[in-house]
Order: sequence, then structure tokens, then C-alpha cells
Amino acid sequence: MTEGARYKRVIVFLAAVLLAACQQRMADQPRYEPLQKSEFFGDNRSARPAVEGAVARGALQNDELFYTGKIGGKEADTFPYPVTETMFRRGQERFNIYCSPCHDRTGRGEGLVVRRGYRPPPSLHIDRLRQAPAGHFFEVMTHGVGAMPDYAEQVPPEDRWAIAAYIRALQFSQQARLSDVPENERRRLAETKR
Amino acid sequence: MAQIFHRSTNTISRVSIFGGVAVLLTLFAAVAAINNASYLTEVRVARAQPVQFSHKHHVSDDGLDCRYCHTSVEKSSFAGIPSTKICMNCHTQIWADSPILEPVRASFRTGRSLEWTRVHNLPGFVYFDHSIHVNKGVGCSTCHGRVDQMPLMWRENTLYMEWCLECHRAPERFVRPREQVFNMEWQPPENQLALGQKLVREYKIQKLTSCSICHH
Repeated sequence: MTEGARYKRVIVFLAAVLLAACQQRMADQPRYEPLQKSEFFGDNRSARPAVEGAVARGALQNDELFYTGKIGGKEADTFPYPVTETMFRRGQERFNIYCSPCHDRTGRGEGLVVRRGYRPPPSLHIDRLRQAPAGHFFEVMTHGVGAMPDYAEQVPPEDRWAIAAYIRALQFSQQARLSDVPENERRRLAETKR
Repeated sequence: MAQIFHRSTNTISRVSIFGGVAVLLTLFAAVAAINNASYLTEVRVARAQPVQFSHKHHVSDDGLDCRYCHTSVEKSSFAGIPSTKICMNCHTQIWADSPILEPVRASFRTGRSLEWTRVHNLPGFVYFDHSIHVNKGVGCSTCHGRVDQMPLMWRENTLYMEWCLECHRAPERFVRPREQVFNMEWQPPENQLALGQKLVREYKIQKLTSCSICHH
């Protein structure tokens, strides 16, 4: 073998070794990314639905009021824990995300999705809903009612209670008188109005 | 004694030295340019999807908050792709007969998942967590761009490590107040650096540039 031929062989060998290293196995590891398609399961889902009757740790629904909004099967007019300002603020934020598309931010039921043609919900300020117990709103968010779908998937129970509390605040705000506002806050109210 | 090299070799040697450097530099520049070309990075390349879903319409025209659909973004590494049921919250009544939405209705009827084309995908050796970013004041639009103006979804940034490090080295240049995280229209104010430094202290944001932060 001539010197040149030997060099050629070495170069070809090195190139083969280097090219063999060109793989993406570190980037594409043999595990599923969230919601990645699976060829193994018949429904192509790598995210497996829970087996029927399975209860996630800490999610046993053994607190009737907290998980259903009812006491003894009747809609409860009480909250499972004391309502705090943090809860109101959380409820406001969640209401604006999940409810305002239809109910609009004031609860009158003139949200953008309704303006696009969705069946309008009743205003939250009608007498029937002002007198409905807090557990009623929880129940409706959990199972839906009429044209309204359920929000159990998007809004966990704590947030449903926070929203129920905020609905109470919204209802109060629409009927409030100036005398309900603490005196030192009244000036601020006049400012925001302008 | 006769000269070994002809006079012209002076020129040849100069040209080959400087020329060689120039060729190398051009080569580097070309590789870098190819590496950053949208052909490879997919930046601003709209992806075809089974349904022509428009973020522009749902966010800008309908005013939906990101979290209405991406429900797990605040508490999980994965922002979450909405279930077909969430689409049908509205589309049982709105555009209920539209042929464009037939795949959605078919998915709802049969229980089979829609197969969306993934737009943002990191290599398997990078661990990214949405919740920590969102909770520390990194806005959606900082990484995803103005999604509210994208008819079809595209990738706004390369997601290269150098891009991640821009912020991990100097978070004060990008963070915003928590209540503005989901605001698509938020623009960094003129005093971003001062605001950012304040938020970095307030939210206890660290400069996380150790390898194992993302590669673990």
C-alpha cells in the first residue's frame, strides 16, 4: 500500500466515525414530552386518562360543602372558610379570566362572546341571583346550567369559591349607596369617576 | 548567491495570510448566519395546523385571557393545550356549523385528540418551567412575542441557549410587574432598568446562570 492510499483510508475512517456521531439522541430522548403523540397506545395519547374510580392523593372529595357547595344536599349559603380580601382579589382575577368573556366584567351578561352570538346569560344583578345562596354559584360553575358549560376543568374548587365571593362583592357594588363607602374613601371614588 | 524565492512570493505570502484569515472569518460568519436563519430556527415561520386557529382573533378580537385556555401555565412546567371541551365551551354555539371547525367537532364526538403541530420545542436535555417564569414577572410576550397579532402561531425567538442567557444574566432588563405578565400590550417603560432592579429585589430573582439550573 502506498503512503497516499493509507492516508486516504485513515481519512475515510475518521469521517465515518465523525458522521456516525451526528445524531439527535440527546435532544430526542426516549421519553414523552407533555401531550406528545404516542404510537404505543390505541388512542395515541401519552397522557393517560385516570383509571375510573382513581383518586389522586389529596383529592378525595370528602368535604361536601367544599366540593359541592351543598350541605345535606341543599345549596349552602355559607363559605367553607372565612372570606378574606386575598380571596376577593383572587376571585376578581379569576372572574375576569373565565367568566367575563360572557358575563362581562360587571356581571351584566354582555361579554364579547355574547355579542358574537352566544346565548346571553342572565345578569348577576337580578333578584333571583342576588338572593341565591353562595353554594348556587359554586354548583353552577361545577356543573354548568342551561347554555353555560361547566368550568370544573379550568377552575379548581378553591378558585370557584373565590369567584363566588367576588360575585357577592359585584352584586353588592351595583346596589351600593354612597353611604356604604367609608368617608375617607369617598373622595377617591369621586376622583376615579372623573 | 541566487535568491531562492522569486520577488512575487512576498505578495503571495501576504495575500495568502490575510486572505486565509478573511476566508475563515467569512466561513464563520456564514455558519452563524445559517444557524440563525429562520430555515433552521423556525423564527417567524407560521406552522400549518389541523385547524386554522388564530390567536389574533381569540386574544385581540374576543379579549380572551391566555389562561382561559392555557390553564396550567401558573402552576406547572407545561402551559397546557386546551382540551377539545374548552374549545366547545363557545363553539357549541358560535361558528357551530363552520366547516373549518369540523375537526374540533369530530374530536368532541369521537373523544380522539386533535393533533396540533408543536411550535415551541426544546431539546430533551433542557428543563424549562413556565410557572416559575410567570410567577417571577416574565411576561408571555417577552418570549412568545405579540401572540395577539399572530393569525397562525409562529416562534418569535430562537429558543437558543444564548437567547435564554440574555435574560438569565440580566433579568432586570426584561422582568415586569406580576400583574402585567399576561398583558400582551405591555411595553418596557423608559425606566425599565430601575423598575427591573426593584422587581428583581422584590421578587427575589436570582441570576441563574449555573448549567444545572436548566440541564439537570
